[in-house]
Amino acid sequence: MAKASLTTAGHGPDLNRRRTTRSVGENAIRALLALAAVVSVVTTTGIVIALARDTIEFFKEVGVGDYLFGTDWAPLAGGGQQSFGVVPLVYDTLYLTAVGLLLAVPLGLGSAIYLSEYASARARRLLKPALEVLAGIPTIVFGFFALTFVGPEVLKTVLKVEVGTFSALSAGLVLGILVLPTIATVADDALSAVPTSLREGAFGLGASRMQVSLRVVFPAALSGIVAALVLGASRAIGETVIILVAGGAVANLTGDPREPMQNMAAFIAQTAQADIPTQGTEYNTIFAVGTTLFVITLLLNLISIRFVRKYRQVYE
Amino acid sequence: MSVAEAGVTRKAVERTTRGQQVRELGFRAALLFSLSFGFLALAVLLIDVLLDGASLISYDFLAKFPSQIFPERSGISSSLQGTLYLMVLTAVFIVPVGLATAVYLEEYADRERWWNQLVEVNIQNLAAVPSIVYGILGLTFIVRGALDLGAVLLAGALTLGLLVLPVVIVVSREAIRAVPSSIREGSMALGATQWQTIWKQTLPGALPGIATGVILALSRAIGETAPLILVGAIAFVPFNPDPNPAEGQYSAIPITILSSVSNPDRDVQALASGAIIVLLAILLVMNAGAVYLRNRYEQKW
Repeated sequence: MAKASLTTAGHGPDLNRRRTTRSVGENAIRALLALAAVVSVVTTTGIVIALARDTIEFFKEVGVGDYLFGTDWAPLAGGGQQSFGVVPLVYDTLYLTAVGLLLAVPLGLGSAIYLSEYASARARRLLKPALEVLAGIPTIVFGFFALTFVGPEVLKTVLKVEVGTFSALSAGLVLGILVLPTIATVADDALSAVPTSLREGAFGLGASRMQVSLRVVFPAALSGIVAALVLGASRAIGETVIILVAGGAVANLTGDPREPMQNMAAFIAQTAQADIPTQGTEYNTIFAVGTTLFVITLLLNLISIRFVRKYRQVYE
Repeated sequence: MSVAEAGVTRKAVERTTRGQQVRELGFRAALLFSLSFGFLALAVLLIDVLLDGASLISYDFLAKFPSQIFPERSGISSSLQGTLYLMVLTAVFIVPVGLATAVYLEEYADRERWWNQLVEVNIQNLAAVPSIVYGILGLTFIVRGALDLGAVLLAGALTLGLLVLPVVIVVSREAIRAVPSSIREGSMALGATQWQTIWKQTLPGALPGIATGVILALSRAIGETAPLILVGAIAFVPFNPDPNPAEGQYSAIPITILSSVSNPDRDVQALASGAIIVLLAILLVMNAGAVYLRNRYEQKW
């Protein structure tokens, strides 16, 4: 009965259904491979549980409103000075990201337009991997660069900006150098995916190369470019070491980029290194901040995936 | 149209074209500037590091143990060996798991099924999770919790492995997808099973791409600092890592750089640039290897 129904269901002669040594082996391999795919799902589940468990502990001690809207961030202070308002930390994270993007967005998009619309095929084949070399440099090296070169040499000596050892400006600018190749390569992919016929049409109507680039290709690739920017922003928001080394050790509610600033990831790293008991509210701050960071980057990533899907639908 | 009028029009046309030419040139120059900025930054960074640290590089620097008391006699033996050991263990973990996931998703998974879509979206999201969050994961479930390994090298390698797994999966999938289906169909038509087809035809064809992806992932893994801070790598370890990766303290080059660069002592700070040169040299060798593999073995179908 079962066999007959399978055949009528359109599976044809039911050769594979017979259990042979061969088919048992094949199925075992399939199951084993699927098991490996489960590892990534388990990873996500693990991240969520690891963050949620101690975040719940944290919110037993600290009010959700006090955390989300409090403007005084001093979780490790002693003697009644302790305060858990996360606003300064989130503000600094976004501020540093904004400084980085201010540098990386124009330069990254400029590089992308050059690679996709101006460079010869040969130059592009050489230049793009070279840009990826920049993307492959470990962030600790960028941190070193920000602390020992960009801060004291470039900002202080050459540009005469009064910065201390740690400043939002030096950390933020180097953050920009870090995300520049990400924005450039992803935006270049989006621009190159625009069909040549659109360019030819515009050239045929007498448009110049600049007009074609800015008014035809750029708008056509807009959703892919937005995805590139969101990806860059998400990398900058989650960066740890550059800020840890060159940004400073305090979260500051200030508009002055010459002041030190700390972002969420650097706070987590600093607190994990600090000599505090691994139980209690101080330590659980790591997880509450981790959850905040995770949620922000997750939202950004979902937005970016949506934009990428949209631009694929149009031209494929 | 009178002659005078025609002259005016022509002048207007000439003016716009000249104005436009200037704008075109200006735009092109701005684009070139953008592109060169990245390369300029890269060059300045490399020169800065080399000027600071080249004099430190010697056999002793690679073979001696770190010392904060005598920085001039200090070396990075323990963190260099730690990094190499981490790389090997990470590879042992990510190659089978990453490849198996890629093969499953490309060759077996039915894309219509919700669980397969879940795995896909999940991998995309994992690739964007900040590395410090992987550190929290490693701390909670690998160092303590479920696996309870302690702050040992194996815990570091597993954490880094989870971090770069999405890279291996994405690149391997692309390599597998690039093998034309005619190869698979030919193999199946000759009576090979699906797995025999994958093992004997698809994977060998995709191997150069997969190898490139693995090298890329490993070079990201050994450059990571943030997760290692959380899973307990230590900056100055005066002994090489224990051959048993589940035993004893360990260090890694990024951690050594981090702690020396933050040190107020100038001599200790100089150690950072030496360690950076060693790290960049390892990455250079790996990337050159990846490029060589790609050019030497890449198949054109």
